[in-house]
Amino acid sequence: MRSLGYLLIGIFFGITMFKSEAASWFRIYEMFKFDAFHMYGIIGTAVGIGVVMVWVIKRFRVRSFYGTPITFDNKETKIVRYAMGGLIFGLGWGLAGACPGPIFTLAGAGYLPILVVLAAAILGTYAYGLLRDKLPH
Amino acid sequence: MDWIYEPWPWYVSGAAIAFVMLLLLLMGNSFGMSGNLRTFCTLCGADRHADFFKFDWKAQRWNLLVALGAVIGGFLASNYLTADPAVAISANTVNELQSLGFESAGSAYLPEELFGSGIWSDFKALGLLAVGGFLVGFGARYAGGCTSGHAISGLSNLQWPSLLAVIGFFAGGMIMIYFLFPLIF
Repeated sequence: MRSLGYLLIGIFFGITMFKSEAASWFRIYEMFKFDAFHMYGIIGTAVGIGVVMVWVIKRFRVRSFYGTPITFDNKETKIVRYAMGGLIFGLGWGLAGACPGPIFTLAGAGYLPILVVLAAAILGTYAYGLLRDKLPH
Repeated sequence: MDWIYEPWPWYVSGAAIAFVMLLLLLMGNSFGMSGNLRTFCTLCGADRHADFFKFDWKAQRWNLLVALGAVIGGFLASNYLTADPAVAISANTVNELQSLGFESAGSAYLPEELFGSGIWSDFKALGLLAVGGFLVGFGARYAGGCTSGHAISGLSNLQWPSLLAVIGFFAGGMIMIYFLFPLIF
């Protein structure tokens, strides 16, 4: 039952990524060129509603469906990892035109070359794991 | 119901993403897709090579189900919920991309030049996809999250490190498109 819930949430997320065109390489290019409001509208709406949701959950101590408290992890107070990691991620996002969520969506949509992006992203994650102790954070 | 076959407007899409985050929080989890890439590494045996991959992957099984759902959702949306996959990007973007050699700009969902059926013998395109994917995977873990974990979850929780990461995402994307694209394409 619980597994089915995650699967259904994922299906809704995948449909949303495709239908919003957030999974389109063209939309990502257009976003970085500031040529349309579309992507900013999507992210802005999601974050605007998200801020209210998180505030309500914290303020009224909303519990999960299973009665457990909902907790939020505070991100580590570091600078280099967010700036450098963010920059590297952005270079890849601009080139491949897809971030991890849309990578899965596009694989399902039948754009098989995205599997090259997925395999390379797994390899990139592996490389980070190997180099983590040597990188400044 | 015809609207469902059209591209969804930004306010519907943004609200839907916030709803996904809410459902995952109510399930007792959080919204972040790139964590799955780390789980894949562990499943492939990377825990034998680096401590970073030594974790209880079964505790992340839920997120693999979300990712599997995203694959199924992509299949359903493209095959049954989309009349015309062409993305109506701005005329300015179409002109720029066509001058860079992307002739499919304005008439496709993804550029034929990078995702078309002919790319399996195009080593430049394959190499670019591989480099892009590698940077996405490496950068997401270095930054501790991707668009979902930082731009949506982190900013919704007013985390300044997430804002820094998102500024990094945009700086990287703009460097790629403004400075590197003219050299690559």
